Amino acid sequence: MSIESTIAEGRANDRIKALQVLRRGIAMSQQLRRGLPVIAAVGLFAAVGRLIVPVLVQLVLDHGVLGDDGYRPGVVWTLSLLALALVLIVATASRLALIRLLTLAESVMLDLRVRAFEHIHRLSLADHSESRRGVLVARVTSDIEAMAVFMQWGAMSWTINPVLIVGTLTVMLFYSWQLTLLVLILHVLLVPFLRWIQQRQIAAHSLVRDRVAETLGHASEAVSGVAVIRAYGYAATVRKRLDRAVDNQYRSQLSAFKWWAVMLPVVDLVSAVALAASVVVGVTWGEEFGIGAGSLVAFVFLVRLLIRPISELGEVFDTTQSALAAWWKVLGVLDTPIEVVEPSTETAVELPPGPLSIEARAVDFAYRAPTLVLRGVDVSIPSGAKVAVVGETGSGKTTFARLLARLADPTAGEILIGGLNLRGVAPQSRRRSIRLVPQDGFLFAATIEDNIRFGRPGATAADAQAAIDELGLRDWLENLPAGINTAVGQRGGRLSVGERQLVALARAQVADPGLLILDEATSAVDPETEEALAAAVARLAQGRTVLSVAHRLSTAERADLVLVFDDGQITEQGTHQQLLSAGGGYAELHHRWVSNTRLTGPVVR
Amino acid sequence: MRSVRAHPLQHLLAMIGALGFVGATVAIAWVLGWITDNVILKPPAERESSMLAAVWVIVISLVSGVSVLARRWFLSMAELRTQRDWRRALLHRYLDVPMDFYRRRDPGELLAHVDSDVNTATMVLKPLAFAVSVVVLVIVTMVALFVAHPLLALIAAVVFPALALISRIYTRKVERPSAEVQRRVGEVSEVAHESFDGAVVVKTLGREGVEVQRMRDASQRLLVERIRVGRMRASFEPAIDALPTVGAILLLLVGAWLVGRGQATPGDLVLAATLFSLLAVPLFIVGFFLEELPRSVVSLDRVDRVLDEPIAATPIASQRLPASGPLDLEIKDLVVGYGARRVLDGLSLRVRAGERVALVGATGSGKSTLLETVMGLNVASHGSIRLSGVELHKVNPAELQQAVALVFQEAFLFADSVATNVDLHSASEPQTAAAALNTAVASEFVAQLPDGELTVVGERGVTLSGGQRQRVALARALVRAPRLLLLDDATSAVDPVVEAKILSGIRAAFDTTMLMVAHRISVIELADRVAYLAGGRIVATGSHTELLKRDDYRSLITAYEQAAVS
Repeated sequence: MSIESTIAEGRANDRIKALQVLRRGIAMSQQLRRGLPVIAAVGLFAAVGRLIVPVLVQLVLDHGVLGDDGYRPGVVWTLSLLALALVLIVATASRLALIRLLTLAESVMLDLRVRAFEHIHRLSLADHSESRRGVLVARVTSDIEAMAVFMQWGAMSWTINPVLIVGTLTVMLFYSWQLTLLVLILHVLLVPFLRWIQQRQIAAHSLVRDRVAETLGHASEAVSGVAVIRAYGYAATVRKRLDRAVDNQYRSQLSAFKWWAVMLPVVDLVSAVALAASVVVGVTWGEEFGIGAGSLVAFVFLVRLLIRPISELGEVFDTTQSALAAWWKVLGVLDTPIEVVEPSTETAVELPPGPLSIEARAVDFAYRAPTLVLRGVDVSIPSGAKVAVVGETGSGKTTFARLLARLADPTAGEILIGGLNLRGVAPQSRRRSIRLVPQDGFLFAATIEDNIRFGRPGATAADAQAAIDELGLRDWLENLPAGINTAVGQRGGRLSVGERQLVALARAQVADPGLLILDEATSAVDPETEEALAAAVARLAQGRTVLSVAHRLSTAERADLVLVFDDGQITEQGTHQQLLSAGGGYAELHHRWVSNTRLTGPVVR
Repeated sequence: MRSVRAHPLQHLLAMIGALGFVGATVAIAWVLGWITDNVILKPPAERESSMLAAVWVIVISLVSGVSVLARRWFLSMAELRTQRDWRRALLHRYLDVPMDFYRRRDPGELLAHVDSDVNTATMVLKPLAFAVSVVVLVIVTMVALFVAHPLLALIAAVVFPALALISRIYTRKVERPSAEVQRRVGEVSEVAHESFDGAVVVKTLGREGVEVQRMRDASQRLLVERIRVGRMRASFEPAIDALPTVGAILLLLVGAWLVGRGQATPGDLVLAATLFSLLAVPLFIVGFFLEELPRSVVSLDRVDRVLDEPIAATPIASQRLPASGPLDLEIKDLVVGYGARRVLDGLSLRVRAGERVALVGATGSGKSTLLETVMGLNVASHGSIRLSGVELHKVNPAELQQAVALVFQEAFLFADSVATNVDLHSASEPQTAAAALNTAVASEFVAQLPDGELTVVGERGVTLSGGQRQRVALARALVRAPRLLLLDDATSAVDPVVEAKILSGIRAAFDTTMLMVAHRISVIELADRVAYLAGGRIVATGSHTELLKRDDYRSLITAYEQAAVS
């Protein structure tokens, strides 16, 4: 199985081998291994509890009422009190065992969730692409939840009911092995039928999920596209589309319920046939089989008792299936190898202080796909240089920037920062000396001060204040309602994109990196923030090597070196003036930009 | 309830199924009792035919099976039909409410109504017939026991209410912690979403450890709540399991004594014990029904609140626009506000037929609001808008939509083919659509898509770039040959060279009036006139060069110069 399909949804169609998943899952979790006896105990207690009555009925009838001596109150009372005591013991014991089981299940879930979460964070950026993010989130949320649902209902069913079935059959064996065999054969005939239904059910449910997604897709279009729908008079057509989607969903759901509706009656019917057969065979050949009248009554009762565990198992088949699938996927995440391996503490080297040089040697990179995003990138940048990287979306410029911060390792070639191979640099040193500021300016849900202090372990409130002043952000900060104590909300959502970048810049300033990697924001920001940003970037850049992924050609105009990326390769490099006079792609791009956006000829600031 | 009224047949059939099940359940217990007495325990000579007994058992089982099938099938149908009806009603209402509704509501919330709220509201329907049948079953059992012997009935009279009581207590106790569990699940998922969204930052700052701890804490809080619920369940479930068993033991004790005194038959005993064992599970389900009821009511309430929203008023179309030619737009003293805030505050503007006016203003100055109001999407609280002399609110909406087209900056496309997006009604000639795509400079890239015009875009289809989406959205407007074209920064993501080509193409191909929000100098310079919007009014109009004399205008334009190129 490829890693690709492990991470992506690709496994949905694979047949999941239940035993295989269980074996791997149990091997992964020590708690689960230790908890197995508890699980067995729960099953045993609950099964004993349910078997008490039928056994008692038989004993009372055979020995207390219908025996040779007729009604014997002593026997009846003794047996009843014994059974009563047993019921109470079982109830208490199964309460304790159930608590243990649920606690165990929950701690296994927690452990698995946290481990998967940690593992995902350790995966290289190659696994963190936009398109996979939803899948990654699902692994630690809905997949684990699917397992939790199973643990609460299905797992109990699977611990109790098999014991119950085996137990019932065992008790039945004591009465008559011939009749037991008969009942067993009739029920075994049920298995292929249940499997068949189950497969239909899985297919039907997957269709339902698709249809529900379609309805929601259309509904979401109707809501988010409301302005277009109103402006263009599309309401009638959209209404028809919505009706069709809702109708399709209804039909698929109804056809899925069909299987659910048919399952229990069939189990019931088979059980009735088994019952009828037991009565006929038991009455006709009872004496030969050595089964008395009272025993036959109890036996009939036992046959009835088989219905409940079998149909309960049938009902939880669905959740079992999805839980197994989910477990398999989560295990798949844990199996994905960590690609960025940090050097051991003895061999790790520290980056020197001050501005850092960059050297890329024949760097290739691919995002877990055959197509290379970077191909043979060779470049040497002296320390202290201001570099602008330009190119179209998808040309590989952002990927290149990310490799410099070791968010992923090149698939071939190597990167040297400050003359040292990046793979050998100690993580703490790397995080402090190389700082990447992404364009979305992601902030943590905390105050501005906290976010700035996150820039360097051990940074104080005074450091944060200093960074604000050094970047000239005091004015901007004073205008915020709570100043530096303003809570930025989830992902920094309460600030504008530009403001988030300002905080991200201050966060970088605190770390005092030797290499600064900036990914310029593409979205338009209001003029004032734009001005503050430009000033802050200029101050932050002083005395450091700066590599900017430029979306504005004005950045390139000011740079010491311009790298032009096209289709994963550096196609041109040189100063702005050199590239202009070379008359290549860059010159053309620049010309177009100038003629369309400038008031009067090019301005060099 | 309403579902029952809307789908009486399904509910009736389900109820019949449920009662059939009750009948069969009782019958099977009775037949077992009869078999015990008359087949198994009789000396061979006096025995009834065991074959006959077997046939009875199977027949009754068939009845039981069919009735269970009927109950499940028709109930599902009733539930799903109710869901379908409510979904439709909600979605139709979404299409009919005034635009103002969308400013008050969160889109996620609107989708939740259609999805989970409808599901939760109908959740009680499934156990409904079953619950009724269980009540009947309890009554029948009581009667059967009473017939066997009043003393046996007395035991049942103690045990059943006790079961119901325990269920009720449990349901009530578990309600709050269950809600708490849901909240914690949400918290965990929020942490995961947020943390993975910021993966790049987490990595660069080396904050993996902190994030893992945050997840561990959130998961730990979830675990605590789940275990709290689990402990309640652990107390409740063994009790609900044990109680019928205790009842059955009492029954046997008393029954055996009665049999010994000849006041009851062993068959009665078997019947009573069977009925007892049958009732434990159904009673549990009734408890579940009671548990779900409040949640369903809350969800239904949310659905109802949307369904009670008034429908947008249809304007009285008393006047018609001139039959052809570009429209003249005259806006006087327009006031538009959201809540207490006035976005447009006494705005006046005249755009003559065939004229091209660029609308320039800072972010949040009300440019989009102005265009939306002209399109009839916002209601002005004061002032007038006239199209070639006709009051806007007197124009038939269909006619307005045909004559005026607004293209938004956010190019919204349906997850459908390019062709459908250009012309959702497929009302126009293929040539017209092709021409519209051509004018929007979209023909070339559309031709290169895997299925050309029939390529599905968005969601699961091909993803277009921002500029490509904008061009398709523009073609959607051009296909109607609008006589007033409102462009709300509609080409902001398109390459400046292509943008210029598009705008001059429109002028060449269509005889139309244009009012366009612009950021780029190249676009502004293409316009006949510039209208500068600030403080909710048009503060100046004139040529770009004239307006550059104003400091505020010039500084705004200088900021635009920095605009991103890719």
